[in-house]
Amino acid sequence: MNTTSLAIDRVKRTPALRHLVIELLWQVADDDLMIGFRDQEWLGLAPHIEEDVAFGSIGQEELGHAVHYYGLIEALTGDRADDLALLRETSARRNAVLLEQPNGAGDYLHDPHFNWAFTIVRHYLHDVWEMTVLTAMTGSVVEELAQAGTKILGEKRYHRAHQELWLRLLAAHNPQQLQDGLALASQWGADLADFGPMAIDLQQSGVLPDAPLLPKQFADEVTDAFKEMSIDLPIFQPGLNGRQGQHTAALGGALTTLSEVYRLDPGARW
Amino acid sequence: MSQQPLISDREAYFLERLDRGDRIEADDWMPEEYRRQLVRLISIHAVSEIMGALPEKEWVPRAPTLYRKLAITAKVQDEVGHGQLLIRVAEDLMRPWGKTRDDIMEDLFAGRLKYHNVFHMATPTWADAGIIGWLVDGAAVITQGMSLSCSYAPYARALQRIVEEEGFHIQHGESICLALAEGTPMQRAMLQDALTRWWPALLMFFGPPEKSELSTNQLRNLRYRIRSKTNEELRQRFFSKYVHRIRSLGLQIPDRTLAQDAVTKEWHYQQPDWDLFRQIVNNHGPRSQERLGLRRTTYEEGAWVRRMAAQASSV
Repeated sequence: MNTTSLAIDRVKRTPALRHLVIELLWQVADDDLMIGFRDQEWLGLAPHIEEDVAFGSIGQEELGHAVHYYGLIEALTGDRADDLALLRETSARRNAVLLEQPNGAGDYLHDPHFNWAFTIVRHYLHDVWEMTVLTAMTGSVVEELAQAGTKILGEKRYHRAHQELWLRLLAAHNPQQLQDGLALASQWGADLADFGPMAIDLQQSGVLPDAPLLPKQFADEVTDAFKEMSIDLPIFQPGLNGRQGQHTAALGGALTTLSEVYRLDPGARW
Repeated sequence: MSQQPLISDREAYFLERLDRGDRIEADDWMPEEYRRQLVRLISIHAVSEIMGALPEKEWVPRAPTLYRKLAITAKVQDEVGHGQLLIRVAEDLMRPWGKTRDDIMEDLFAGRLKYHNVFHMATPTWADAGIIGWLVDGAAVITQGMSLSCSYAPYARALQRIVEEEGFHIQHGESICLALAEGTPMQRAMLQDALTRWWPALLMFFGPPEKSELSTNQLRNLRYRIRSKTNEELRQRFFSKYVHRIRSLGLQIPDRTLAQDAVTKEWHYQQPDWDLFRQIVNNHGPRSQERLGLRRTTYEEGAWVRRMAAQASSV
């Protein structure tokens, strides 16, 4: 943790800092809500039972991380975490477009034809990016961010190890499936490792040390990993930028599902 | 001419062990019929956990709040975990027959292996997720609690863990139901509708009542100390445990005849439609085909992933 650390109630009283912390938290919170949802969709439908258990567990932790991040935003804004997670418009969402994409054709209730290789590739890319961010976060001047970074990194390591295991299996036994999964991910993945123009402010304020360097760190790590597996990494095409609130229709669909019951009466106790 | 003994010495010794209260392990000798009964019972239990994840899973992403989303994800994951644990117990028993979990899944899809009636039912609202957690799991703990004393040790050990986790599931379901019962008129109506919908299925869960005699399977399982109570004894226990709790939430049980005899303490109740029960467990329930279809499609499409994992582990 940084020696001149700030507790979140001091951040709250400093508008510029508060804005930056909230913007960073939107990205990680919205990312984890989306990937957690996509993981949950596999529950009970995975290729084998051990994997059902694993995806259930990973999805639960992703959601748990999102809950933690939304809780920090609640502390900064006074808005309820449930409202933040479930009622915000799609244009206010900051998750990467890749993470809102469905697991394949159909959905978890209707005629699912899910894509395992894409699921693994997408999750792996998310895990590497979030770990890059969390590692930087452990050095944040904001105490709660540094603490969250340390705690969540511990769990992320297992998620990543799980996806890496499958990636290596795919590379060795079904390289074409892996290549197809990667090709699909590359259509959407360009905004994943992107803070946009706030990267410099994130760094200078100490909210996220090294923020401008992180996208390259991520790209290098991913490139090396696939090179080692002798898999060609496609170019990630620039497209919609979820970090700027641009999204596909898939996000609206996911949020309708996630908020279906809550919207019946957001004021009720559930 | 010497007469063939009715049971072999080995079988006599086996029964003697059971009567002494010995537990049987996977590697012990056992009569083929004992193995057959266990495989049947444990496979049904395993696929019921696996298929049982699906009705609640319909509500996992839709759970109302972040807290409820976390809790129900953990809960459904536990259920699949129970399926995993049980399918491994069944696999050990099936090994001498050269069969594996693939055979269990194939039997499920082909309709040769049945899963519990409750998991064929529709779950149209969030309150159904509450009723499943509270009362379906409550009913399951009553039957599984009986099987904790099962003579087959690996099953009894698996159940020990399962029953402990089910205890949390019941609290989780009860908490959902309590929030709805204490909530807005819309929430209370949602809960009452769900209870009304689930009541016959809950009674069916324990199986048809025994008339004057027990079925051959039941007698055999009692002799083998695989089970120790009848369907009706278990259902009576469910009434005693839950009727007053359900009523204390202000809910109406949809059976005007339900009453406990003051002297014998026996509960009298309206029998559910047992013909309908047979249809349901034969995969003609409201959601049987859709749920089997969901699991079958993803199982078939995931075959290459399982082959890949098998290839890797055989290297």
